[in-house]
Amino acid sequence: MTDLERHDYDVVIIGAGGSGLRAAIEAREQGRRTAIICKSLFGKAHTVMAEGGAAAAMGNANPRDSWQVHFRDTMRGGKFMNNPRMAELHAKEAPDRIWELETYGALFDRTPEGKISQRNFGGHEYPRLAHVGDRTGLELIRTMQQKIVSLQQDDFAATGDYEDNLKVFSECTVTELLKDSSGRIAGVFAYWRETGRFLVFCAPAVVLATGGIGKSFKVTTNSWEYTGDGHALALRAGSTLINMEFVQFHPTGMVWPPSVKGILVTESVRGDGGVLRNDTGSRFMFDYVPDVFRKQYAETEEEADGWYDDPDSNRRPPELLPRDEVARAINSEIKAGHGTEHGGVFLDIATRRSPEFIHKRLPSMYHQFKELADVDITKESMEIGPTCHYVMGGVEVDPDTAAAANVPGLFAAGEVSGGMHGSNRLGGNSLSDLLVFGRRAGSGAAQYLARIGTDRPAVSEDDVTAARNRAVAPFGREGGDNPYSLHQELQQSMNDLVGLIRTAPEMREALSRLQLLKDRAATLTVEGHQQFNPGWHLALDLRNMLLVSECVARAALERQESRGGHTRDDYPTMSAEWRQVNLVCSIAPAGDGIELAHQPLPKMADDLIRLFDRGELSKYLTPAEMAALPVGVQD
Amino acid sequence: MTYDAHFRVWRGDTDAGDLQDYIVEVNDGEVVLDVIHRLQATQTPDLAVRWNCKAGKCGSCSAEINGRPRLLCMTRMNNFGADETVTVTPMRAFPVVRDLVTDVSFNYTKAQQIPAFAPPVGVAPGDYRMAQVDVERSQEFRKCIECFLCQDTCHVVRDHEENKQAFAGPRFLMRISELDMHPLDSRDRKLEAQDRHGLGYCNITKCCTEVCPEGIHITDNALIPLKERVADRKYDPLVWLGSKIFRRGSSTGGARTPGA
Ligand SMILES: Cc1cc2nc3c(=O)[nH]c(=O)nc-3n(C[C@H](O)[C@H](O)[C@H](O)COP(=O)(O)OP(=O)(O)OC[C@H]3O[C@@H](n4cnc5c(N)ncnc54)[C@H](O)[C@@H]3O)c2cc1C
Ligand code: SF4
Ligand code: SF4
Ligand code: FES
Repeated sequence: MTDLERHDYDVVIIGAGGSGLRAAIEAREQGRRTAIICKSLFGKAHTVMAEGGAAAAMGNANPRDSWQVHFRDTMRGGKFMNNPRMAELHAKEAPDRIWELETYGALFDRTPEGKISQRNFGGHEYPRLAHVGDRTGLELIRTMQQKIVSLQQDDFAATGDYEDNLKVFSECTVTELLKDSSGRIAGVFAYWRETGRFLVFCAPAVVLATGGIGKSFKVTTNSWEYTGDGHALALRAGSTLINMEFVQFHPTGMVWPPSVKGILVTESVRGDGGVLRNDTGSRFMFDYVPDVFRKQYAETEEEADGWYDDPDSNRRPPELLPRDEVARAINSEIKAGHGTEHGGVFLDIATRRSPEFIHKRLPSMYHQFKELADVDITKESMEIGPTCHYVMGGVEVDPDTAAAANVPGLFAAGEVSGGMHGSNRLGGNSLSDLLVFGRRAGSGAAQYLARIGTDRPAVSEDDVTAARNRAVAPFGREGGDNPYSLHQELQQSMNDLVGLIRTAPEMREALSRLQLLKDRAATLTVEGHQQFNPGWHLALDLRNMLLVSECVARAALERQESRGGHTRDDYPTMSAEWRQVNLVCSIAPAGDGIELAHQPLPKMADDLIRLFDRGELSKYLTPAEMAALPVGVQD
Repeated sequence: MTYDAHFRVWRGDTDAGDLQDYIVEVNDGEVVLDVIHRLQATQTPDLAVRWNCKAGKCGSCSAEINGRPRLLCMTRMNNFGADETVTVTPMRAFPVVRDLVTDVSFNYTKAQQIPAFAPPVGVAPGDYRMAQVDVERSQEFRKCIECFLCQDTCHVVRDHEENKQAFAGPRFLMRISELDMHPLDSRDRKLEAQDRHGLGYCNITKCCTEVCPEGIHITDNALIPLKERVADRKYDPLVWLGSKIFRRGSSTGGARTPGA
């Protein structure tokens, strides 16, 4: 194939968000020639939108904080479905990863002693989120982008070429992973968005850092990039996805005007004193504290308000419950007829904090509401409602090396990986997850290369031809659907039928609609040419969205309980038996369908289990598990 | 309120192009990007435009609306009368790729040439101590979303392709200023700002500041103070001599002053 661009690398990283960049830095620092591929321009990945902060038990705001407390909070937030080893590594390593960013030039907000300031967030026992106003993700991505440039400058000084050992291929989309005859990763197939030209990267190690799947839902905080590409690539390459039924609906998205519906309103508004009210002005969250959390949350407004200044003698306000609880509570208020004019509830910071405080702590929220909704949040309440935000599910990985299941040479980190957050992610735990497991993936890839030595895989030319034919297929057809309308139908179905509250009949309906959409997607027609053609790009992304949506719907139908980011109207309670089960999706041997299997959840090590008392464990574990607890667990 | 608006959108590629007329529906509360998306979905599926966050956070959707450099996602339709024609064109200072998408690689090249943060020697990770008042100055510049609208606007390069080589543009001069004000950066950046990145081309017209969607005071807070510090340096004979001696042996890239 003559018009095909070819590159050779040691490590190819798909994704330039927090996890991809951290992986690239690590692989490069371990001496590996590394390529970063991303769909948008460099510096625009989803991570840039993160607002609130990155959770790490540095203990700057409250010296009682430690990795053990962070670990406990993470497990509670995930309702004990987390991969405990991942949660442990995350809690232990997050502080070092944050401090390291300062050596790259990051400028976090400071405490009076000049340390990194830490803010409160839902589900975190102590103020724990390192932050920069409400634009922490921007700081993270820019810092690492600049670190990459710094590594390139070192190479320039040594070789005269900035891009010799570390190069960013931006506005370039990967459509397939390529394997050698023995089933190991051999490279990737991609196209330039600008020209439509195809590329092949030969590389023994590939890191998936592609982020989430939210663009399959209508109301979402996620951008066009979140089409689940990495999830689908992993599946098609023979790896597995876990926890796909767990999708986080953020409690506070904008609801008005319609064109901004879904855009995130950061949790920091609540962390910094904002409260939720219904149409009567009542702080309804006090009515929604579930039993498992009763001990940690305030029962009166006085106690809740006292907590901001004196957290040692007051319990936390219920507005800061984990996201799944808050989202369900808001949903119930709206359903009960206590919503606002535009179908949300009120988020009030105006009556609680001074305009100066709001401008200082929440500048981009002020800006966002002023510009997009004509609302001055220092004077009026915001109208908010749940919005699809994050997928807990993802590629099944080895916690220590980030190696993906079943496919040698494949790694995954960040939102595309599964297990770390269990059934529900705590705010701020994603940014730190990106750093901890991004680094581990980069290092896992480097170690893998050392292991295979000179035995490098070869790309099969037949696979390249097949990949190319699949990519151009939509141009050759006539009379099929337009990708935009198909996408809208998919989003509507997922939103209505596999959303925040789920039932079996609705999910069955979703699955049959997905099947019809899949059939129609096979005959999609695209107009125009290959040069920067968004219609074509969407047509290729749709294949991934449909596959991943099927995983979500299948797993959600299977799991007969409610837990974290999976709420069943027909099975409203948590089941200790189901906690022991990970649902694993793989591609069916024939065709493009999904197979679902039950797999035991990895066990918590004894020293980790001793961090909890029996009373708390009994809310999550089966009687048999309780009977088998190690010695030394407190009552 | 829903109405039909008259849009004129530049369509074309590297070879040729012109403004094309569309009549398109507009609803309450929408921004220009919503209307462009509606055009894609209903009339012209291959219309090329960049966007990501749709909330003014990523700086992808830069273009010119009625001749003014702006973010498509942060420009509300109620800025325009229902009978007003809205003209959308790509950023003028950069070569067009297709329709509203331009080749912004100039900016990434410049970014690569600004020497990176030089960490303080002997301070371990975790031991960085900085006062909030001291980080705030640089933090203002780190709000930059790299929309490159200031780069598009600055008259030094807007219609002067020939200056692009010597001039980093407001965004990247501001980056030098940011590092210079970083409490723990250990590199002296003043002379290189002037000699290698073209600070002298800036004649403080403030056009960059006017278009910045983040409201960063680029000229007043970054460029003018940098110019002042450069002036202080240039007139100090000892520093001048020292810097000349250092520069002879150094390469143009990111090589750091040994031991600095
Ligand atoms: C509005 C918002 C606010 C948030 N706030 C917070 C917060 O305060 N704290 C927190 O911890 N978390 C927050 N999150 C979550 C967190 O930001 C994300 O989970 C995280 O940034 C994901 O990072 P990532 O590295 O996995 O992927 P991303 O940053 O999403 O990057 C994905 C990358 O993969 C690339 N890519 C995808 N598919 C392909 C393909 N086929 N080919 C090539 N490249 C591809 C994309 O171009 C992109 O570069 C927030 C999320 C949103 C949406
Ligand atoms: S102030 Fe300087 S950088 Fe800004 S537009 Fe004017 S000349 Fe350009
Ligand atoms: S300084 Fe302002 S205008 Fe310039 S790139 Fe940054 S955000 Fe855009
Ligand atoms: S789409 Fe991100 S700034 Fe407009």
